[in-house]
Amino acid sequence: MTGLELPIALFLLVNLAASLWRVLRGPGDANRLLAALLFGSTGVGVLVLLAFAGERALTPFLDVALTLALLAAITAIAFAQRAWRRASAAEGHDD
Amino acid sequence: MIEILSGSLLLAGAFFYLAGTVGLLRFPDLYTRLHALAKVDNLGLGCIVVGLALQAESIAVALKLLLIWPLALVASAAIGYVIARRADTLGIAPWRGDTESVGPAAATEGTNKRGDT
Repeated sequence: MTGLELPIALFLLVNLAASLWRVLRGPGDANRLLAALLFGSTGVGVLVLLAFAGERALTPFLDVALTLALLAAITAIAFAQRAWRRASAAEGHDD
Repeated sequence: MIEILSGSLLLAGAFFYLAGTVGLLRFPDLYTRLHALAKVDNLGLGCIVVGLALQAESIAVALKLLLIWPLALVASAAIGYVIARRADTLGIAPWRGDTESVGPAAATEGTNKRGDT
């Protein structure tokens, strides 16, 4: 541990909180899903940081990180192939 | 020495994650946001994973850590392709820049939720 793991993990959590703005604003389902994907990739970063935050590496966190990376991908592909049937009127650019 | 290298890689990773979040919040349309998400975030993850693998106590742990990154890369490549193709199929037009967004095409589809925020 370098002492940087926990501060950076906290910083990534702040990033996640900021990306909630995109969930709130949208527009449309797809942009909200993008925020969910950010939760996936940033969550993996937080988990690997937490695995090394202590004196010894906690390898179970790495298993959780692998699973989270896989589930985020499955979520997005299931959304695009099954759930995303029509574009909402505002799906394009918004500002 | 390894501590310094690892720490600077972690900081670089945090910077790229910040860039990805800013991109998601600031970019104008779905395709550009997908671009920020699929590339910059995985670069940040790569930096963090390599930085942490430097301080792993055994080869097995380091390899497992390094296994996460290719999985995330493959996943984001698949996600980017699938979502962008679906958006294209659904007829979502990519953003063309500010000069054209005042044209007639944007006036029919882009004005709906402007003034309210």
